Amino acid sequence: MSLEGLLGKKLGMTQVFDKNGTVHAVTVIEAGPVTVTQVKTEAKDGYAAVQVGYGDKRRSNKPMRGHLKKLGDFRVLREFAPRGDGEVNAGDRIGIELFDEGDLVDVTSVSRGRGFAGGVRRHGFHGGPKTHGQSDRHRAPGSIGSGTTPGRVYKGQRMAGHMGAEQVTVKNLRIIARDEGKGLLLVAGSVPGATNATVRVTHAKSHSAKKKK
Amino acid sequence: MDVSHLVELNKNEAIEPFEAGDTVRVSAKVVEGERERTQVFEGVVIRRNEGGAGANFTVRRIASGVGVERTFNIHSPRLEKVKVVRRGKVRRARLYYLRGLTGKAARIKERART
Repeated sequence: MSLEGLLGKKLGMTQVFDKNGTVHAVTVIEAGPVTVTQVKTEAKDGYAAVQVGYGDKRRSNKPMRGHLKKLGDFRVLREFAPRGDGEVNAGDRIGIELFDEGDLVDVTSVSRGRGFAGGVRRHGFHGGPKTHGQSDRHRAPGSIGSGTTPGRVYKGQRMAGHMGAEQVTVKNLRIIARDEGKGLLLVAGSVPGATNATVRVTHAKSHSAKKKK
Repeated sequence: MDVSHLVELNKNEAIEPFEAGDTVRVSAKVVEGERERTQVFEGVVIRRNEGGAGANFTVRRIASGVGVERTFNIHSPRLEKVKVVRRGKVRRARLYYLRGLTGKAARIKERART
């Protein structure tokens, strides 16, 4: 078995022309190489998965070194579901050969943190009127409920609060181009996370994407 | 931020180096319905926008008494070739002042060969 995806680094966005002269906005992702650190099997672990390490780290602690043997030190360890045929063993290095041009992928990452954000930014509230004698109302949320009945604010009422810095997945992004030499994937559209963020790129899971294969 | 330096851009050898003020003959492919043909546009370069993959330039000409400007993407595969017809001597990079001028006043002096 091989695995369904890779870990990588978001490098930023640019645009590329295809053969017809159409411009595509793309995100450049440096995907892999990842090192297989452990292969989990149904028999031994109760489920099948491939654990991989990615990123540099100066020094792992002792339990981690024991787990990794002599494979090196990694900043992140993550598991991927197995996919397709082909054997994978601990120590294998896997790169973008997993993906072809035109493949659909899902990209998961931690979105950029916006801190404590107001209702306008966080939920798309319209804010108050800018003119006609308004003061202090420009970005206010407005009414948050009725009066004496029910006498409380409903749970789930959208309000200001912490926004971003959460895991976000963008599905079905097409791989526009690959750069085998540099290990780069050019993925159509935008991807969550800041520049240099660690991203998880997997083959698209949606039903329609699988059907096309 | 544009990270086009990481990506291989289409290198078109048929594009001669040119600057604002030069008169150029641009051959670009246009799609008309089903067919694709090459269209030639000749005029003065009034600006060059550098900017990685999105780099472009604008050419101005007077066509049947009306000023026409067309902007081309330098890295587009639709841009076939750019031939410099005449080198112009200008003192700024953006020649927007040409839009307000016509006839004799809109002339540009030729630059001595370097």
